[in-house]
Amino acid sequence: MNYFLTEEQQMIRDLARQIAEEKVVPQRAELDEKEEFPWEVMKTLAQSDMFGIFIPEEFGGLGMGSFELCLAVEELSRACLGVSTSYAANALGTYPILLFGTEEQKERFLPDIAAGRRLVAFALTEANAGSDAAGVQTTAVKDGDHYVLNGTKQWITNGGEAEIYTVIAITDRTRGARGASAFIVEKGAPGFSFGKKEKKMGIRASVTRELIFEDCRIPKENMLGREGMGFIVAMKTLDQSRVGVGAQGVGVAQGALDEAVKFARQRVQFGKPIISFQAVQHMLADMATQVEAARALVYAVARYVDSGAKEITKASAMAKVFATDMAMKVTTDAVQVMGGSGYMREYPVEKMMRDAKILQIYEGTNQIQRNVIGQALVREAARKA
Amino acid sequence: MKIIVCIKQVPDTAEVRINPETNTLVRDGVPSIINPYDLHALEAGLRLKEQVGGTVTALTMGPPQAEEALREAISMGADDAVLLTDRAFAGADTLATAYALSRAARKVGFDLILCGKQAIDGDTAQVGPEMAELLGIPHIAYVKGLVGFSVEGVRVQRLMEDGYDIVESPLPVLLTVVKELNEPRLPSLKGKMRARKAEIRRLTREDIGAEEERVGLKGSPTQVRRIFAPETRKERKMLTGTAEEQVTRLVEELKSLKCI
Amino acid sequence: MRIVVDPEKCTGCEACLSSCPYDAIVMKGDKAFINEYCQFCRACLEVCPEGAIKEREEEAPVGGPGGFRGVWVFAEQRGGRVADVAFELLGAGRRLADARGVELSAVLFGGGSEEARRLIHWGADRVYHAESPVFEHFNDEPYVALLERLVSEYRPEIVLAGATPMGRSFFPRVAARLGTGLTADCTSLEIDPDTGNLLQIRPAFGGNIMATILCPRHRPQMATVRPRVMKKGVPDEEREGEVIEVKADGITSRTSVIETIKEVSEARVNLQEADVIVAGGRGLGGPEGFRMLEELAKVLGGAVGASRAAVDEGWMPYSHQVGQTGQTVCPRLYIACGISGAVQHLVGMQSSDIIVAINKNPEAPIFDVANYGIVGDVHEVVPALIKRIKEVKGI
Repeated sequence: MNYFLTEEQQMIRDLARQIAEEKVVPQRAELDEKEEFPWEVMKTLAQSDMFGIFIPEEFGGLGMGSFELCLAVEELSRACLGVSTSYAANALGTYPILLFGTEEQKERFLPDIAAGRRLVAFALTEANAGSDAAGVQTTAVKDGDHYVLNGTKQWITNGGEAEIYTVIAITDRTRGARGASAFIVEKGAPGFSFGKKEKKMGIRASVTRELIFEDCRIPKENMLGREGMGFIVAMKTLDQSRVGVGAQGVGVAQGALDEAVKFARQRVQFGKPIISFQAVQHMLADMATQVEAARALVYAVARYVDSGAKEITKASAMAKVFATDMAMKVTTDAVQVMGGSGYMREYPVEKMMRDAKILQIYEGTNQIQRNVIGQALVREAARKA
Repeated sequence: MKIIVCIKQVPDTAEVRINPETNTLVRDGVPSIINPYDLHALEAGLRLKEQVGGTVTALTMGPPQAEEALREAISMGADDAVLLTDRAFAGADTLATAYALSRAARKVGFDLILCGKQAIDGDTAQVGPEMAELLGIPHIAYVKGLVGFSVEGVRVQRLMEDGYDIVESPLPVLLTVVKELNEPRLPSLKGKMRARKAEIRRLTREDIGAEEERVGLKGSPTQVRRIFAPETRKERKMLTGTAEEQVTRLVEELKSLKCI
Repeated sequence: MRIVVDPEKCTGCEACLSSCPYDAIVMKGDKAFINEYCQFCRACLEVCPEGAIKEREEEAPVGGPGGFRGVWVFAEQRGGRVADVAFELLGAGRRLADARGVELSAVLFGGGSEEARRLIHWGADRVYHAESPVFEHFNDEPYVALLERLVSEYRPEIVLAGATPMGRSFFPRVAARLGTGLTADCTSLEIDPDTGNLLQIRPAFGGNIMATILCPRHRPQMATVRPRVMKKGVPDEEREGEVIEVKADGITSRTSVIETIKEVSEARVNLQEADVIVAGGRGLGGPEGFRMLEELAKVLGGAVGASRAAVDEGWMPYSHQVGQTGQTVCPRLYIACGISGAVQHLVGMQSSDIIVAINKNPEAPIFDVANYGIVGDVHEVVPALIKRIKEVKGI
């Protein structure tokens, strides 16, 4: 397929692919096995300007958008979803600053982020606030020129490794959803510490930790947007980043498909390579078709997001839900095509299958995505009526 | 500090094969790459530049399409690039190549020249030292570590068969480097964008003032008489008997093949 | 010399186009044409079904420009001892000298007169020997200066050196100073019976092809030869010959060796550059198995590799892994011990010159790429192999 990429877009895709093949593939099994954060890969990505893709040129970035970011995410995901999660979570944490930061905040943080000198994380989820984001219990109380944060964030990707955190906390419990605000918290802030590192089923190269705030004082200049805008910051951020999760789905599925095809050509049963059997061909054909359909949707939505459209929630939810359900199916089928070999850690597809599962869960479960799409349909119908 | 890094565009040899029936190279779809050893030379040049300042110029001799390799060097961080290209250079062996490159290096100017230890297509490892000779400068081959660097000179680790030597040389000097020296960086996006627009300086035989009899085929003392496929693997021999018998047989065979 | 297409015979079938490694054949109208990118590799010659591609013969065949006579071997010494490769070269040089009906001489810088005499035992008729403090350590310039001086004075027709780090470093400079040709890493040297030229055969393209190289119009003909390729002769302590002491006056070096560090650990031998690799897999049963392989590697002067399975088990560090996700290697000898031969491993080692497979399972795919197969328990076979090699090598 030809998606008519510009020369610059091809450049991003090619370089991301080169990094994936040369720096990620050789060590992905080890990173998974040892549950090790891929610092070396992050350094390579930084040196290659990959962290600056979606950051404006005035702040040291390349001034491109979601689509270009998706191209890079897709290529990294093809090699290792753990690595691409660490990379994409950085973008997720950066969007609040990009979308709602003041000039001063942008100048303070974006150049370091664009250069990959400092890693970012986004902190919304808590023990009682997952799909129900309104359940956030972490509080931020104003005290003179500071806010004082208390509470615990859970399952924060890049937690402990990142140096910059965008955190959603309640500033006024009486106002419900309008009582939350967003803050930038830097590693090393007094009263800010990290909890245990989670042991996960997949994406084990990525790090997931608790963030613990105990009377954590941060200057009031670190608030993003105005007081009470916390959930808007969070929702707009997720609207931007969701299509990236779709790109992760396309990438990991493509990676699994590639492995399955390669294996099916080599594996001989009944005196023939198994790829010559129609039963196998049909499975591969369905996998390839699904990957391509998801890619077309993800690319279209990413371009739509970059067009500056206001209402992107439904489209980005569609891209996420379709591409990630597809990824789960295709990676599972890749294991099936490869049979016993596919199930063994000797080959990468069992890892891809384990990794893919998270895509249906994080950044809003696929059930929540369907709610979002459904509600949008209801609203649109009501508007027409 | 003016640093020249010599690079060569080579076919990815891992994918070149010979058709044993026709005795010809099979190269359908074989990609061209920068000689891998040269990437280590480039990395060394870039790191020195980052430490002590200066410029890194990538230099290659080859057909016009070798420009691609130079752009890749720029995308990794080289400041500029020179393509030595002229139909008069065709058919050059190592001596004629070294002569042309040495003339070009003189024209560009340098304090330090870095080369990969050898190119993976020819594997001769001759062009670097021959260039140094023709330039009348010292060289150190098989550099695996840079221990010290100043305007006066370099101190390096030189790989030898039984270990390594610490060797010093004044500048200007030519170094050929091995893979242990460093881990080459990948290009950056900004570098790639710069490379796309960069002006590649082209030099011809006349530009570098090279004598006609000393370049290309005319200037090459050696000639390729023929190429052919290496002997293909003989039929597999399964050894039998007790472990001792098998081992004795094996050692005899390996001795006759000069493997032991 | 040129390679040309005979337009009379060319049918325009385009069969030759893809045979050219340099994209030098293009269609001009309905005929093939060879343009200036031609590197004279001759790859196209036999592809043409019509025989339309031809070499236009060079000027008069050369029987060796006059005044150059004799075969020389540069004998490398390090730490005062002549390297083995010098004796191998004397074996090859003797053959060439006899074929040409000329004398064989060796050149030795440093090392002492005892070592000089040994070169005679190994086949040299004459040894040019120089002693000077400048040869205490290896620096290129003094070696270049004195060898060039001797060659210019005595005018040998062939000069050989070992393709060692030393030989490959300073020999090109000598050739450049003399303005003659040099062929690196030869695996075979013959005299062309018709012209008397030296036929120098060497691998190229990573060993994927072999090439015969000539140096017809220049003398001396210079070549380096890989260690362990040529056969040593038999030393004869009674052999007579002449040692000529030469002076190294006025020879200086701009480079200087500050320190020489010996590294005997096998880890030094980078897998990529090792001549011999002994590799182990899951069949070794544990990390102890690798201690055994290290010993085998040591007696063979090689490096230790490992399959992905063994690395995954934590028996060997990743840096030793051979295969698709590890390193690709092509040593002269690859001994696979307890490695079943998954495709991922085979792609990393199957271009090795000689492959020996030792495995319990006679069906293991590793045997498909092996030259020699031993079906047996590695724990039995490998110690026996170590013992046998030690006996043969007398260590």
